[in-house]
Amino acid sequence: MAERFFTKEVQTLYLGAGQEFRGEGILAVTKALLQSGISYVAGYQGAPISHLMDVLTDANHILKELGVHFEHSASEATAAATLAASVNYPLRGAVTFKSTVGTNVASDALANLASSGVTGGALVIVGEDYGEGSSIMQERSHAFAMKSQMWLLDPRPNLPSIVDAVEKGFALSEASNTPVMLELRIRACHVHGRFIAKDNVRPKFTLKDAMENPVRDASRVVLPPGSFLHEQEKINKRWPAAQNFIRENKLNEFFGDGRQEFGIILQGGMYNAVIRALELLGLSDAFGNTQIPLYLLNVTYPLIEDEVLRFCCSKRAVLVIEEGQPDFIEQNLHAILRKSGVTTAIHGKDMLTMAGEYTAAVVTKGILKFVETMAPQLIDSGKLPTLARPAKQPSVTNGLPSNSLPILDQQVQPRPPSFCTGCPERPIFTALKLAEREIGQHHVACDIGCHLFSILPPFNIGAHTMGYGLGWASNAAFNTDETSKRTISFMGDGGFWHNGLTSGVGNAVFNQSDSVLVVVDNSYTAATGGQDILSSQAENPIRTTRQSIADAVRGVGVKWVKTITRTYDVAHLRDVFKEALTTKEKGPKVIVAQSECSLNQQRRIKPLMKKRMEAGERVVRERFGVDADTCTGDHSCIRLSGCPSLTIQPNPDPLRLDPVATVIDSCVGCGLCGEVAHAARLCPSFFRAQIITNPTKWDHFKARVRAAVIGFLQSRHERRLSQISA
Amino acid sequence: METSELVDNAVPLSPVKQARAISIAILAMGGEGGGVLADWIVDLAEHCDYLAQTTSVPGVAQRTGATIYYVELFPEAASHEAGKQPVLALMPVPGEVDIVIASELMEAGRAITRGLVSADRTTLIASTNRVYSMTEKIAMADGRVNSDALIQSGREKARRFISQDFARMAEENGSVISATLFGALAASGTLPFDRKSFEDAIERSGVSVASSKKAFSAAFDSTQQPVVGSAERSSVSFRKAGPLWPFVGRIQSTFPSQVESILLPAIQKLAEHQDLQYVQEYLDRLEPIRDLDRQYGKRGDFGLLRETARYLALWMSYEDAIRVADLKIRRSRFERVRKDAHVKDDQLVVINEFLHPRVEEFADILPAGIGGWLLNTKWAHNFVNRLTKSGKVLHTSSISGFLQLYLVAGLRRWRRGSLRFRRESRRIASWLGQIRELAPADYALACEVAESPRLIKGYGDTYLLGSRNFETLMTVISRLRRSPEPAARLRALREAALADDTGAKLADKLREFNLLPGGSS
Repeated sequence: MAERFFTKEVQTLYLGAGQEFRGEGILAVTKALLQSGISYVAGYQGAPISHLMDVLTDANHILKELGVHFEHSASEATAAATLAASVNYPLRGAVTFKSTVGTNVASDALANLASSGVTGGALVIVGEDYGEGSSIMQERSHAFAMKSQMWLLDPRPNLPSIVDAVEKGFALSEASNTPVMLELRIRACHVHGRFIAKDNVRPKFTLKDAMENPVRDASRVVLPPGSFLHEQEKINKRWPAAQNFIRENKLNEFFGDGRQEFGIILQGGMYNAVIRALELLGLSDAFGNTQIPLYLLNVTYPLIEDEVLRFCCSKRAVLVIEEGQPDFIEQNLHAILRKSGVTTAIHGKDMLTMAGEYTAAVVTKGILKFVETMAPQLIDSGKLPTLARPAKQPSVTNGLPSNSLPILDQQVQPRPPSFCTGCPERPIFTALKLAEREIGQHHVACDIGCHLFSILPPFNIGAHTMGYGLGWASNAAFNTDETSKRTISFMGDGGFWHNGLTSGVGNAVFNQSDSVLVVVDNSYTAATGGQDILSSQAENPIRTTRQSIADAVRGVGVKWVKTITRTYDVAHLRDVFKEALTTKEKGPKVIVAQSECSLNQQRRIKPLMKKRMEAGERVVRERFGVDADTCTGDHSCIRLSGCPSLTIQPNPDPLRLDPVATVIDSCVGCGLCGEVAHAARLCPSFFRAQIITNPTKWDHFKARVRAAVIGFLQSRHERRLSQISA
Repeated sequence: METSELVDNAVPLSPVKQARAISIAILAMGGEGGGVLADWIVDLAEHCDYLAQTTSVPGVAQRTGATIYYVELFPEAASHEAGKQPVLALMPVPGEVDIVIASELMEAGRAITRGLVSADRTTLIASTNRVYSMTEKIAMADGRVNSDALIQSGREKARRFISQDFARMAEENGSVISATLFGALAASGTLPFDRKSFEDAIERSGVSVASSKKAFSAAFDSTQQPVVGSAERSSVSFRKAGPLWPFVGRIQSTFPSQVESILLPAIQKLAEHQDLQYVQEYLDRLEPIRDLDRQYGKRGDFGLLRETARYLALWMSYEDAIRVADLKIRRSRFERVRKDAHVKDDQLVVINEFLHPRVEEFADILPAGIGGWLLNTKWAHNFVNRLTKSGKVLHTSSISGFLQLYLVAGLRRWRRGSLRFRRESRRIASWLGQIRELAPADYALACEVAESPRLIKGYGDTYLLGSRNFETLMTVISRLRRSPEPAARLRALREAALADDTGAKLADKLREFNLLPGGSS
């Protein structure tokens, strides 16, 4: 059960021709897929296309009505391989994943697919996780398109353009027998907008037709001589076919005053930023009526030579706005112009930045620089936008000199993501921290997932991460009998099923590794938004869940397997860590640490609790607290927890200067505070309050007796205090 | 921070170039309702004939990290006129944002440092509540940043600055911060939509409408009439002719008024901790320090006396099992738990303490002789150790649990004979001795020594580390005095001791000052 539901939103997928669709980008993409008459769609979640998978999940019944098969692929490789259905049959299919990481995983299948070529349209929708909000290494999907000869679409980031790109993408794929990549940047995936819908299309040729009338063509198989044939085909047939289609269907666009003797060549995805920049510089209005000619590449690979030449030949210089590095397009343009002897100067990375996101600020400054060298008279230096104005000396606002900014910088600290309140993964690292206090530090490998937050304060645990599911693999070299010290590797349940079972566990067994793996099993791929996987405990109507990780591990030959079913039991977990790291027993050791992702658990339990309370049932809510008068403000509890709900507050004691710890209302009573206070022998300030709603008669009776006795003693205590104090 | 304010830097908006989008940036932390607020704004605008576009970059930032939602609005009329759709940006441009909404004070500061807030354009709506960053929280002493600096910069950098604790207001109205911020946005009048349209948007969202509208109204009204309150101060009051009254008299007649703010709460604390005799001793111990300060201190300051008085009171009221029990059984504490947990009258509450005393904590409250014997006798030590191997969850709101704490609290009357009392008395005496000895020669150094007990706090290992560090500082003083700027160096050492909980930073500083045992100076 995913973090976000689109059950309401997916109704818009029923919209018919002429009706206006309003919604998020990824929902528009789904609608476009249905309008294109696909037969199957698959993918693997991961920002920024996690929501696309969630939409498809919630829309599964609608897909079924149209005869569309949808899969949660085991990995991006699985997803890409799924497109094989379009090699021999006129079936349209699409797959989606996070890029470049997902594309890395998928590239084996993609390379084979691109070599074989496709009969039905094959669309690879990649969420380009680049720039602000990205959680991965900063690379470009562009390189994959180039190396495998797939075509790369980078549409303008508005819903009509994105929808059009999906529909034309399939046509282009079929016209050139080539899989097509559709690149969507983070903000485009989440952009809210409108477009005029078309009717959904049920494919004429269906999966049923294919399965009942199988065909094969040996020349499509990647094996000599086929593979050599394919390469020739790519260059001699598919490439020109694609170029013709792109040219004839005007996939790329020309804007603005053609007579200007300089212009801008840009990726479609950069359009809105460029127009805003031009608007701020007084060179365009809000509607994109620009004074500077633009050649906009909705298709960033391949480039169309004659379009490029037509745009450039009449110009002294062009500015290329191409986000990310290497500057593939800029290099390509140089080659095209030089080969045809056109002398137009090419600027780009020299006027913007070589590396990093092309924010509106970067683009504005870059274009300003370009226009100032080309036609300074076009720039009204008096009306420059704030960000382009020369930095002011200590400005004077409302009378007083504003010297607060330098101070301010020290007041604003980074706020990276971290484990949520009640997260079952946090106690795992608390336990490891406590274990290491006793038996020393060990080399720890991380993996992809929420558990990677362990590298941040307060835990500061983990040395590297080598990719999804590769936690244990990344410690493979540390396997020597010259030391008794062992390494620890982490892996999430998501990464485990993605590939970790073979790349990590199988590898460790086969190579007789003597190290420790911790599988963090929280029943979901939590970091991508709580999607289900094989070992999820939830009943999933369209998927098979509740497969045991421990069984799988034993299945590939691990003997030492320990399963912890309550990660909040810090003391126990600490002892299991100590045993795994010190036991005489050699060989790979796996600790499966299970507890449900708190976000999902709360989403499940809160409504139930509410219902039971309203029904008058006895419900016990738990939350923790800190007694401010016994807390001395040393914060060691926070250094072992880092829970968002365990924070600090001003010290109520006028004598004390340091803030005291406090538990705020967001506490879900997971119990970690108490376990840590015990395990680390911290301090007696923590207490657990159990709030009983709809108490029974017996509860009331007990309460009355206690009130009588305790109340009597408390009054005595108060009298004593009043004799000596106040 | 009770104060709510509305600062208007009456700089006229720079003449707007023809049709231009209204830009709104929302800075929030993941899962904090920034998305809800953005969706409300979009729905509001679309029902008021505006084109609306919103984007965000959640990614993993949804996990409590700082994240930003961006909205642009554009009048449909202008779009029809031009016969073209406007091109709306997907991210804020520094200096070109009309409205910045921050759900927390440091995030408001982040908006300013990112250049999103400009004096000629931006209305900054900031909630003054603090969600402390990890860096602030894990500090061993006080790592909090300066909220006043954040607020002051808001006043200076924004065209209009609307600030208030919108989080608390939301809580008080049984809602979430997105509702109060939406109310403040409506009241700011920066959007061309009336109050009703805002409330209709909440209606249409359909989730917890009533509470959202309540919080919305509260924020709307208080933003239009800013109320200036004052931060609450905890102050002590004394019954005339109460048991402490004579001491109050003594303080007022024989101690400088500058230190009353310390002495008055101090004597109350100590009386409750032990007895009136204890208060007597406290003031007696301070008198020589007072005289030294009069003689050698900077006039009117009494810094030495103030800090000595502060830490002497805290030290004398050290947290042993007796004190902890005494605090936990009080009626006022039971009531505080009910209040903090928002327990309604028809609900019952059960209180469970998490206690894990060690042999040392037992020995501390035993008569000195027995306590010492317990610590030094192997078998007895091991025996108690085994009993206290695992922590105990004590059910304070049950009769048996309460009685256990009640009896421990009752040991107060024998505390003076306890092992810990003897130990602390000795250490306090030598600390005061240090101060008295240093004050005439090096007043500044004496002040630093007076502040050094700040290191001693916590329980268990934390307490041991703190005490150890304190002792280390005290032992190097004699050598410090022969080095340049001893006061500054002692302060540096104290700060190093509070910089990490392993003692590594302190060791580095000691090495730097060449004060490690064996190091020559």
